[in-house]
Amino acid sequence: MMLIQIFFISLFIVAFIKVILRYYRKEIQLVDALFWSIVWVGGGIVVLKPDFTFYIARFLGVGRGADVVVYSALILIFFILFRLTITLERFNRNLTLLTRKKTFENLPSKDSTTL
Amino acid sequence: MIVVVIPAYNEEQTIGRVVSGLFEHGYTHVLVVDDGSTDNTLRVAKAVGAQVLRHAVNRGQGAALETGNEWARRMGAQFTVHFDGDGQFNPSDIAPALAYMQAEGVEVVLGSRFLDTRSKLPFTKRYVLLPLGRIVNRLLTGVSLSDSHNGFRILSREALNKISITHDRMAHNSEIIMQLRTHNLKFKEFSVEIVYTRYGQGVGGGIKILKDWLVHSFFHSD
Repeated sequence: MMLIQIFFISLFIVAFIKVILRYYRKEIQLVDALFWSIVWVGGGIVVLKPDFTFYIARFLGVGRGADVVVYSALILIFFILFRLTITLERFNRNLTLLTRKKTFENLPSKDSTTL
Repeated sequence: MIVVVIPAYNEEQTIGRVVSGLFEHGYTHVLVVDDGSTDNTLRVAKAVGAQVLRHAVNRGQGAALETGNEWARRMGAQFTVHFDGDGQFNPSDIAPALAYMQAEGVEVVLGSRFLDTRSKLPFTKRYVLLPLGRIVNRLLTGVSLSDSHNGFRILSREALNKISITHDRMAHNSEIIMQLRTHNLKFKEFSVEIVYTRYGQGVGGGIKILKDWLVHSFFHSD
């Protein structure tokens, strides 16, 4: 096994264990746990058996196995960015609603509007 | 009852003069929404006698306006005036705008800098940025206006109850125009004077508005 394979496999194992632990601590939902498990296990397979990408490339008609890895990584990055943007938008919206709620709660009484 | 809503973020230098000017023109219900200012905006606004609501954290002008609108709804305002806190608007424009609104039988009046020659706009704003803004605004909202992002507007009670601002930052201007169309609210533009004390939004601000609009529209279809 090459040094870079050991490095990546170690990284993916740590990431996979963290996903499982976070799921059991109920910090993430099942769908997220499954998604990230597939990402890290899939990454591990590609690192251990680089030839595997060749069969996928041939099946998809992409050409080279390395291209499959690059395209998959790009798609994954865009997908993660998309999800992050959704989360951030939702967070911003909720923060505004909460801020407004607190603003009105902080009024001294129902009839008095001057702070 | 006429409620004047002023969203304010770090406007300690101007907010006192703006509120006093409104009082001098006979508007007694002046609400300053302090949008999490880090300066003395809150203290100055209170000192001159404005009614003040404060956001604990800065959420943007659109969010502050919606907070002001919510307060106006609770107060049962007959008319709600949106007015900037930077001292660029002229309070003497409100009364004729209200009279025009009633005479024309419309639910909303939108201020415009381009219907007379009182506003001395910087050259690049008049001939580059705002014409470009008008085109973008037209594409986004489907409504053609002489002024794209003027913060002066008056809403009737009906309009106030129908319009809900969800764009927290500057894209709320386009959102309001969009909602005028979707709620079938009658509106007219009215000439207002803007005195430029600072340049305001440049190209970067315009691009940010567009980006906010697109992201928001994409993720919030409701």
